[in-house]
Amino acid sequence: MIELLALPYWQETSIKLGLALVVIPTTSLILVYLFLFKMMAFMQSRLGPNETGPYGSLQLIAEAIKFLQKEDINPAQADRRVFRLAPVVVLASTFLLYVVLPAGPDAVVQNLDTGVFYAMAVSSLSVLGILMAGWASANKYALLGGLRAAGQLIAYELPLILAVMGVVIQAETMNLQGIIEAQATGEIFGIGLIGNPFILTQFLAFLIFMIAAQAELTQTPFDMPVAETELVGGYHIEYTGFRFLLFFMAEFGTAFAFAALASVMFLGGWWIPGFDVDSNILNILGPGVMLGKILLVAFFIFWVRFTYPRLREDQLQKFAWKVLIPLALVNIVITGIFKVVF
Amino acid sequence: MVAQNIAFGIISGIVVFSALRMVTTRNIVHSALFLVAVLAGLSGQYVLLAAEFVATTQVLVYIGAVMVLFLFGIMLTKAPIGKSMEMTGTQWPIAAGVALMLGAVILYSLIDQFGSDRLTEGGKIYRTADVGDEVFSTYIIPFEAISVLLLAALIGAIVLARKD
Repeated sequence: MIELLALPYWQETSIKLGLALVVIPTTSLILVYLFLFKMMAFMQSRLGPNETGPYGSLQLIAEAIKFLQKEDINPAQADRRVFRLAPVVVLASTFLLYVVLPAGPDAVVQNLDTGVFYAMAVSSLSVLGILMAGWASANKYALLGGLRAAGQLIAYELPLILAVMGVVIQAETMNLQGIIEAQATGEIFGIGLIGNPFILTQFLAFLIFMIAAQAELTQTPFDMPVAETELVGGYHIEYTGFRFLLFFMAEFGTAFAFAALASVMFLGGWWIPGFDVDSNILNILGPGVMLGKILLVAFFIFWVRFTYPRLREDQLQKFAWKVLIPLALVNIVITGIFKVVF
Repeated sequence: MVAQNIAFGIISGIVVFSALRMVTTRNIVHSALFLVAVLAGLSGQYVLLAAEFVATTQVLVYIGAVMVLFLFGIMLTKAPIGKSMEMTGTQWPIAAGVALMLGAVILYSLIDQFGSDRLTEGGKIYRTADVGDEVFSTYIIPFEAISVLLLAALIGAIVLARKD
């Protein structure tokens, strides 16, 4: 790795943070436009937005302006400070996730030693914001939505972390760059041509991770916290204008981050077969490769979202505790045995 | 080390303020949220002490799981918005006295034991792998004892919660 920019720590960090601040809203815009607008319309035999700009791509700008124009309403009975703080906490959790997501050998805000563990930890902070929003709205539907969200997120965080453990055992590191390196230098039956993407050896973990991520992101079929036919809108029922926009951005930003985590842990991340793991050219090509993989994973997330109906609350809890967690534990045991034997 | 000391001071201020507000506020949910601020601040202090794994665990276990369960429980049972008078009981002077005494004991033992130790710049940073190695070699017996204790608590909880 050549030190192209030998800047002091604080300058480097502020540049990276500035970049991240631009990247995060952009990523959620890409997901909303590609999947929520275009793919959903296509799957439901509708046209979707097609008037504003080429293929309706400027529709999002119009939406953003609409949200910013709306009045910022505080319900009279609401706990004002907590009500205002809640969307910020949810968005902060999303921002913290992006700190560790790598897009190249050096293209990462901070290459933390605890990598994927850190990502799991900060992603659990969003529950706190959702509970705050549900309680502070002084609305029984909002409170029900908040409680449902908390129950669901606690239940699905466990299989998520346990599924990740299989990958960590195989890669022998929690560092996300280390996991990519382990896949790039790995071999399948002695052939190291495409490395060893962990989706091959950890397919069970991949399935569990994707299902649990779907629930963590509260996407259908796990969208009981916002179920509009039962709870009108769940925890963000009382939010208007840009505070609603914050929740919306956090939802899709987190979806992007989880898709990125999945592509780092199971699909080989930014590595391109044939290149050295630390070659500088990957800093330029890597983000493109990552984006392609992330969009592929996100496609599956939204494909499921637009296809399946909502589960029932008790089915959801049973599925997590009786199916996913035992399966994830079995996966850890099998991975551990293989690690020791081979 | 100047930047670290400034950050330490700022975070300590936030933690002490939140801890005081936690016991003086008249709303139970606010109290829980101030506790979250205290725990988050402590996690920040761990980062300053180069204990990254401990800091992350603090966030995952205490904020992501314990505090969420606290809030979940409070909101399921009784959590009115606004001030409620019964939050501060009549025994608060006794509780404050006990807290002060406990604080004095901990402070004394810490200063007595580690008061002259100084963190050196560029000293050994314990990475996650080192923590794992230590836990499974030097501290294997306490680790296993805690594991058994937690397992017993887990089974006890299931036995208590079973209806039949």
